[in-house]
Amino acid sequence: MSAVFKPTETFRGDFRYQNSPQAIRRFPLPFPEDTYMYSVNIEPHLPGPLGSVTEFAFDVDEHYVAECRERAIVLAAEPLRYQALPHMMSSQWDCLELIMESLAKDYPAHFSLAKQGNHWHWINRPLEIDQHFTFGDTATLPREPLDYITRQAQGDFVVMDQREGDLWTEAGMVTTQADWSLDFDMGMTFKEWHGPVPLAHELQVFDRALKFLLNLRLGQPVRRLNWTMTVHPRLDTSPENYPHWGPDRAKVTPQTAGDLVHLRVELQGLWRLPRSNAIVFGIRCYLVSLRELATVPKWARRVHRVLKELHPALVDYKGLTRYRDAAVAWLAPFDDGAPTTPGTAPE
Amino acid sequence: MSDAQTIAVEVIDIEHVTPLIKHFRLAPVAGGNLPVFSGGSHIIVVMQGKDRVHKNPYSLLGSPSQLESYEIGVRRMEESRGGSHHMHDTVAVGTRLEIAHPVNLFALDKIARKHVLIAGGIGITPFLAQLEDLHGGAVPYELHYSVRAAEHAAFLERLSRREGDRLHMYYDSEGKFIPFDALLANQPLGTHVYVCGPAGMINHVITTARGCGWPDSHIHWEQFSAPPVGDAFEVFLARSNLSVHVPPDQSLLESIEAAGVEVPYLCRGGVCGFCHTRVLELDGELVHNDHFLSEADKAKGKSIMPCVSRAQCKRLVLDL
Repeated sequence: MSAVFKPTETFRGDFRYQNSPQAIRRFPLPFPEDTYMYSVNIEPHLPGPLGSVTEFAFDVDEHYVAECRERAIVLAAEPLRYQALPHMMSSQWDCLELIMESLAKDYPAHFSLAKQGNHWHWINRPLEIDQHFTFGDTATLPREPLDYITRQAQGDFVVMDQREGDLWTEAGMVTTQADWSLDFDMGMTFKEWHGPVPLAHELQVFDRALKFLLNLRLGQPVRRLNWTMTVHPRLDTSPENYPHWGPDRAKVTPQTAGDLVHLRVELQGLWRLPRSNAIVFGIRCYLVSLRELATVPKWARRVHRVLKELHPALVDYKGLTRYRDAAVAWLAPFDDGAPTTPGTAPE
Repeated sequence: MSDAQTIAVEVIDIEHVTPLIKHFRLAPVAGGNLPVFSGGSHIIVVMQGKDRVHKNPYSLLGSPSQLESYEIGVRRMEESRGGSHHMHDTVAVGTRLEIAHPVNLFALDKIARKHVLIAGGIGITPFLAQLEDLHGGAVPYELHYSVRAAEHAAFLERLSRREGDRLHMYYDSEGKFIPFDALLANQPLGTHVYVCGPAGMINHVITTARGCGWPDSHIHWEQFSAPPVGDAFEVFLARSNLSVHVPPDQSLLESIEAAGVEVPYLCRGGVCGFCHTRVLELDGELVHNDHFLSEADKAKGKSIMPCVSRAQCKRLVLDL
C-alpha cells in the first residue's frame, strides 16, 4: 500500500489519530463469525491480497512515522521497554536482517539496503536515516541492532531463545502493548509468560502452540490475530503507566463509546531466525474506533454480536468490564439482526 | 511440511573422505546464496531413485557463514534402504537434488558455561558447523571424537588444524576409548554435553551423565534413525478412506506419501515429533523405532511416528 504518512498523529494527550477510509477497509477484523472463543488460530504468514495488512511480511501503513515517534517518546521516559540479554546478540542481528531485507524489498520507495559483504548501507527515507554499518559489529551502529531496527518498525517485538524444549523471553522492544510488561516477563518460559491468560490453559492452547512453535521452520513464518479494546487510540497501555490510562475506562458512556472505544487488533507474526535458532514474535497493533468500524455495516453487526455474547472471563481478562455494556449499547442501533456473511471481508 | 518448500541444488563437488563417508557440496541451481543456518542444523535431501523417492536427513557441516554451497557428509549404511547407497553410487557432480530448508534440532545452548562435544564416527557432522559458531567465542569447549581406526577419521585435517588441543582423538584400533566416567564426572557447573554417534554411545553418555548428577537439560543428543526394514503390512487411512500397502523396505511415511497422502514432517528420523499420528484401530503390535514418544506412550499404542515406526499386525487404522 502506498500510504501517505500522517506524521502529526498522536497516541496520547490530544489523541490526534484517525484512520483514512482506505485504512478502515483494510483493518484486520479478527472475527470470522458472530461469536468468539480462543483457538490456536495460527496460519502460514503468506502474502495476502494486494493492499491488505498481510500483503508483506511487515506492514507499513499511514501511521508509520507517528508510531515511530510515539515509540521514541516511550523509550525516552522508560529505557527498559527495550531489553536484551547478552546471549541474544546473534538473534538481534537476525532480526535486523529480517526487518531491513523485508522493508527494502517490499517498500523500495521508502527503504533501501545495499550490501557489499558485511558492509551494509541502510536508508530509511520516511525517518530520514542514512546509515553505513558492518553487519555483526555492534560498535558500527548507534544502538544495539534490535533496538536500532525496531525503533524504525511499527509494532512490538519479542525474541525467544529456544532451549530445554521451551521458548524463553529474553529480548524485546515493547511500547505498544495491551497491558503486559517486557520488564516483568523477561526470562520467563512460554507458559510462564502466558500464565495470566484465562481458559486457554484448560483448553491446552499453550501446550499445542508451544509444540508447534518449537518446530517452526526457517522460511515458513506463521501469523495469528489477537484482539482487545482500548479507550482512546492509545498505543502504550502498559502496566507501568496504568494510572494514566486505567481511569479512562470509567469515562465511557453509551453516548461517547463510538469515539472513545477502539477495537485493538494485534497481527502477530512468528519467524524462525537463522543464525540464533531463536524465534521473533512480532506484535503489530491496529486501532480503530467503533465509529470508524461502523462505517462497514457488516462489521458493526458482527462486533456488536461478539461483544454482547463474549464469555465473562474474557470480558474481565481483556479489561472490558467497565465499558463493554456502553460499547454494546452504542453499536446496537447498527445491528438490524440481518445475517452476516462468513469471513471478515467488509463486503 | 510439504515438498513445495524445497530448494533445487546441484552437486558441485564430491570427495571420498573415508572408505565409508563421502563429502558432498551442494550449490543452489538458481545461483546466489542458500539460507543462513545455525550449527547443528540438518537438511532433508530428496533423491529421485529408480523406483522411489528417498528423503534422508543429513547434518550441515560447513560454516554457517559460507552460503554459496552447503556441505553434507554421507556414510554408506550397511543396511541401507537405498538412500545412502543412492548418494554413494548414483549421485555424481552435476546431479540435481532437492533439499528442504535447514532445521535445527541439535542447537548449542546459548547460556552454557562450557560445551563438551562427543562424536562417534559419522556423528562428527553436526559438530563441524557448531565448531564454527564456538570458535573464537568466549565460552570454553572441547571435542572428543572416537572412530574405529585412523582411516575412518573423517574431516580430521580440518579439525586438528583449527581446534588444536581442544580436539581429543580416540581410535578403537589402538584400544583408546573415550573415558566417559572421568570426562563427565569432572566438569564445572553449567557445562553442557552434546553427543552424536551410534545408539550405544548416546545411551552410555546419557546414563553416565545422569549418574554423575547432570540435569537432563544439560544433556543433548541427536541420532537420526534410518527407518528399519520390517515385515510388510497393510494400513488403512481413515480420513482419506484409503488402504496402503507398506513393503518391507519402505517406511510407513514413505508408503503413505507414495499413495498421495501428505503427512507433515520435519526430520524423518524419529526425533522431532512432527509426523505424530493417531492410531485409531490396531490388531497386533506397533514397532516403535522413534526417540520422541515416551515409553508410556509407546506402550499405550495410541500413536505412532510413521517416519521410522512400523507395525506387525493384521489391521492398523490411522487418523490420516
